Amino acid sequence: MTQHTEAVTPVGADPHPGEPDKPFGPINAALIAGGIGSLAMGVFTTLVEASTSVKSALTLTKAVGPLSGKTVFAVVVWLVAWAVLHATMRRSTMAVGRAFALTLTLVGLGLLLTFPLIFQAFAP
Amino acid sequence: MSLTDRETWGLIHGMVLGAAFLLAFGGGVAGFWSLKPELVTAAGVVERIRRLKVGVVAMAVAAWGTVLTGTWVVYPWYRSPAKTSPKSILVADESTAQWHEFGMEWKEHIAWLSPILATVVAFVVVYLGTQLIRHDNVRRMLLTLFVIAFGIAAVAGLFGALITKVAPVL
Repeated sequence: MTQHTEAVTPVGADPHPGEPDKPFGPINAALIAGGIGSLAMGVFTTLVEASTSVKSALTLTKAVGPLSGKTVFAVVVWLVAWAVLHATMRRSTMAVGRAFALTLTLVGLGLLLTFPLIFQAFAP
Repeated sequence: MSLTDRETWGLIHGMVLGAAFLLAFGGGVAGFWSLKPELVTAAGVVERIRRLKVGVVAMAVAAWGTVLTGTWVVYPWYRSPAKTSPKSILVADESTAQWHEFGMEWKEHIAWLSPILATVVAFVVVYLGTQLIRHDNVRRMLLTLFVIAFGIAAVAGLFGALITKVAPVL
């Protein structure tokens, strides 16, 4: 069916068996960008804890505090990464399993860096 | 019997959007789990993919709604410097300070990973459409990400409920 997957679908279950496979580049780009966005949230969280200048730079509004900048910039990093990866990986033949493994790694790092016992360890 | 504006927004953030998130997750996970070529016909795939699209998009929208209202509407009331704010009350007492230092600090950051991952899942489902039935490994990957997104939201939601019980936003 495609070089991207191992599974072969019984013809009867596919509503459009003659339709060519859609490219997996956009899927890989979305997966990896999601991982980058997750990691960005972790990195901003840790940087704010480690540096008072970053903390004040990311305080976009006084009411929300530095969380305002962490979240806004993490989302910006995610969307920019998605746009760039989508443009560059559109026709990439990278196996989706590799993209997924990379995504899980990035998400795992993001989870670690948003865990208080980890990021609070960087406090001066 | 009445609710203040703050209580109403707290309910929208935690209960209304939270319940929508939970419902969408239930539908989505069932959809992913049963989307196996040996279990469905071609007509069944069309119908199930349509339902799956609704479920995953609804979960992503609910997740975004939850973090946006939580961060930009409810959180400023929680962290207000006033002595009566939930944060001030929690950190003033050593026996409750960890609800803020650990619970809130974890919740407010980890929660933002959930809508990002839910959006990725929604994008791939909408992009592939019925072709998802051809790629069982992608279905399993999406199911994994979907469950991770839910697990993250569950951590945030659990701490939100517990912190609200100790020091509600009034």
